[in-house]
Amino acid sequence: MTAAGLTVERAPRPRARGAVFDRAFEYACFAAATLLLSALGGLIFSLAIGGWPAFAKFGPAFFVRSTWNPVTEVYGASGAIVGTLVSSGLALLLALPLAMGVAIFLVELCPASLRRPIGTAVELLAGIPSIVYGMWGLFVFAPWFGRHIEVPAMTAAPPGSLWETLTTGVPNGTGILAASVILAIMILPFIAATLRELLLAIPPAVRESAYGLGSTRFEVIRKVSLPYVRIGAVGAIMLGLGRALGETMAVTFIIGNAHGFPTSIFASGATIASTIANEFAEATSDMHTAALIALGLVLFVITFAVLALARLMIAREAAR
Amino acid sequence: MTVQTLEVPDTKILTLPPEDVILQVRNLDFYYGAKQALFSVTAGFKRKAVTALIGPSGCGKSTLLRTLNRMYSLYPGQRAEGQVLLEGEDVLARSVDLAALRARVGMVFQKPTPFPMSIFENVAYGVRLYERLSKADMAQRVEESLRRAALWEEVKDKLKDSGLGLSGGQQQRLCVARAIAVRPEVLLLDEPASALDPISTARLEETISELKADYTVIIVTHNMSQAARLSDHTGFMYLGHMVEFGETDQVFTSPATTRARDYITGRFG
Repeated sequence: MTAAGLTVERAPRPRARGAVFDRAFEYACFAAATLLLSALGGLIFSLAIGGWPAFAKFGPAFFVRSTWNPVTEVYGASGAIVGTLVSSGLALLLALPLAMGVAIFLVELCPASLRRPIGTAVELLAGIPSIVYGMWGLFVFAPWFGRHIEVPAMTAAPPGSLWETLTTGVPNGTGILAASVILAIMILPFIAATLRELLLAIPPAVRESAYGLGSTRFEVIRKVSLPYVRIGAVGAIMLGLGRALGETMAVTFIIGNAHGFPTSIFASGATIASTIANEFAEATSDMHTAALIALGLVLFVITFAVLALARLMIAREAAR
Repeated sequence: MTVQTLEVPDTKILTLPPEDVILQVRNLDFYYGAKQALFSVTAGFKRKAVTALIGPSGCGKSTLLRTLNRMYSLYPGQRAEGQVLLEGEDVLARSVDLAALRARVGMVFQKPTPFPMSIFENVAYGVRLYERLSKADMAQRVEESLRRAALWEEVKDKLKDSGLGLSGGQQQRLCVARAIAVRPEVLLLDEPASALDPISTARLEETISELKADYTVIIVTHNMSQAARLSDHTGFMYLGHMVEFGETDQVFTSPATTRARDYITGRFG
């Protein structure tokens, strides 16, 4: 047997066709990516163009002034901006501990038989349309909230205290705090589900090592499990915050829709999204429309800033 | 032609004098749900000595190890029946304080499991759970533990850096340091060198042989020469049974059972 006898005849692959297909595939993917990027650019551009008259007329005062008066055509965004930040911030403050509790319970403590029902309930909560939250909030939650939270809190407030200032308002159940509670319920499943995935991804051996040194369950969770997921947790929190910032329907139902700078958490207020939703259809003057579009741009920038901040925090944590 | 038959016992378990034994396992059965993984295992682990557990994959070595510090209790459905006595106390009793037990019986895993904190804090973690030490005493304990784990020289200038930034071999020695920092009576090592390069393995083995001056070490390993080099006693397990348990020299040079002989001479497994 000669060496030549060992070579195997192989049919040549159609290289040329493969290369053409490869190239086409590359272009298709590139096109998809750039299409998204140009859509983003176009969005910012059109918001800037549409809002320009308002920016040009009011200048920096647009961001500082709290007057929002379509009759006199004076528009200032600070009330809506603060309303947005405060309602979302409070929502996050309320939702985060609960979401952590839910996630920790599901991963570390829950008996196997309860894991599925509770997990499914959390996912269902995430799937409820925001209009349903809004209706429930206005018709069911707000009356209860007014009667059992607002009235007692207002009566108990010592006269002249900060507490009294922060709780001034009409105790009808709608207002900034009520909106925050509804927002908290809405973002809770997102944060909880993400945290749960993160906790589940901890290698069992890491957890066992902590137990192996004689830690109790609480010590393992607090000192090992939670620190282990902290980078991802920042992402989960920002995801929730991003959703709260932009949430429109439910907030519009329950925040009370009053313009002006909010001074009390029980008072009616407005967010950027709720203002736009309420007024866009009725904006008759060009300046009113421009001011609303300018608000939209501001919301976009805030959301973008939150996202950028999250990235920055994650990058810093990861570098440590 | 004549067929020669030898008298070979099925199992042979060395019985140590009770005063030498720190951890005694008797007739231990273990179940993962309905599946039985250990069958009436009996073994005595000698105080301040290294005992190696060998055997083919799935023979129950790691399961046995996880019974000794009740690690299995983290998982519902896993249960052990029989007797495990640590200095005469029943480890399997329902009333046992698991955290306290695990502080006495430390464990190092196959893959390094550093916690997401600094090198110093990794070692101090377990100590803080049970002892209130002054800053200076804690620093000394951490240094001593890292020295014993042969890691001190490599990390002494970066104790504040994250433990996750170390190499695999360093991380594993960090885990050994963390385990010995709490001064356990028994140290369980579950294939601690299987993910390490030869140099790190050699370092770790050195560490283990030094540890036996103060600790009782039980090591699960797939590496037969490692078992032969390191251990005083060796247990050979097969299909959930403790087949042969005895002095390492005897088990490796003249195994008393057919199964152990076949495994050690490489006929199966």
